[in-house]
Amino acid sequence: MALTREQLAQRVAQEFKDGYYVNLGIGIPTLAANYVPEGVQVMLQSENGLLGMGQFPLEEEVDADLINAGKQTVTMVTGASIFSSAESFGMIRGGHVDLTVLGAFEVDCQGSIASYMIPGKLIKGMGGAMDLVAGADNIIVTMTHASKTGQSKLLAECTLPLTGKGCIKRVLTDLALLDIEDGKFILRERAPGVTVEEIAKLTEGELVIPDNVPEMAV
Amino acid sequence: MAGFDKVVNSYEEALDGLEDNMTVIAGGFGLCGIPENLIKEIKRKGTTGLTIASNNAGVDGKGLGLLLEEKQIKKMIASYVGENALFMEQLLSGELEVELTPQGTLAEKMRAGGAGIPAFFTATGYGTPVGEDKEVREYNGRHYILEEALQGDFTIAKAWKADRFGNLMFRKTARNFNPMAITAGKIAVVEVEEIVEVGTLDPDEIHLPGIYVNRLIQGTFVKDIEQRTVRQA
Repeated sequence: MALTREQLAQRVAQEFKDGYYVNLGIGIPTLAANYVPEGVQVMLQSENGLLGMGQFPLEEEVDADLINAGKQTVTMVTGASIFSSAESFGMIRGGHVDLTVLGAFEVDCQGSIASYMIPGKLIKGMGGAMDLVAGADNIIVTMTHASKTGQSKLLAECTLPLTGKGCIKRVLTDLALLDIEDGKFILRERAPGVTVEEIAKLTEGELVIPDNVPEMAV
Repeated sequence: MAGFDKVVNSYEEALDGLEDNMTVIAGGFGLCGIPENLIKEIKRKGTTGLTIASNNAGVDGKGLGLLLEEKQIKKMIASYVGENALFMEQLLSGELEVELTPQGTLAEKMRAGGAGIPAFFTATGYGTPVGEDKEVREYNGRHYILEEALQGDFTIAKAWKADRFGNLMFRKTARNFNPMAITAGKIAVVEVEEIVEVGTLDPDEIHLPGIYVNRLIQGTFVKDIEQRTVRQA
């Protein structure tokens, strides 16, 4: 069975290590904040200038001056700090954020990612995604493995305009966890009940299948 | 105005000298920390042909979205322009031009503009549409593109508290682009919620020194919320 959104978020959260500063993109990455493992402390960075993002506010706590990068009202945890956008991207570009999780439309086996624009559709902009993929060393891309019509999104070469070139090393899809090394996808884990053959069929880029591909613990 | 006193008494005076076809840098992220009254004054004034650099372009009927209604903006330099139907309409009809700029690059372009750095190299955007036609250099095996600094004829920004000398404090995530935007404007106009007497603010707690501020005005703010998300008790 393909992973649900919640299971994807759970698997992402298993990558959280104690003391990590983490930037979570909008959508499934944000959900991962609900599954921080026991005994692990992470600090969430929101690129609009907040380190130590907390949960959504109670009705009476809502503050128009306190939002996240998705423009949602949030709170701050104890020990939070506030800074400017330049400072925020300084810490991102400077490699100070330990883990970045974001979504994508396509990823290829060269480590390139397309996530911000589908030509001919509405133009919205890249926001902070280009800075995040260029600045972070440890990035997990979360996405569906294939389109609804069965078209692979793990390609030999991205077809959409790139968000970043050669910068992605790890992809978590609803079917599998894969690393990208030397121009190849390496299958590391499969979703419970999903076979290696099913994954191979839906992976267009070159795929290396190790002898043992364990099921994810979700 | 005398000495270092930056306080002006009307929004009209605050934007005196703003003319058609100028470049304006605006602080704010979404609708958070935007100079809402200065935007309204530009609308009232009817200045047109503006190039505006701001992370976002407001939403329909709010923030910079107000300046789209009378087609006052010629070009927008922004990282994200979703959630704005009028913007899309004018973009598709060719009445509005947009230069999509990665958020961190936009912030750094403003910072550089205010700090006398004409351009800088960044890995952001290399190998993407943003990097097209830009100089590329390799440092330690990584590719970087040359991005130029940004300066505005005017900056419009919002802070929380100021003293009369224009020393500023921001509040929570309403800080965002405001500090860099202020440094990058030839005439930096800042509206605040409260102006206090000089000497009241602790020098150690000032976020941005008044040297960057040319005009200061106290206003009242609606502070619209784009995505009101709450949890149940």
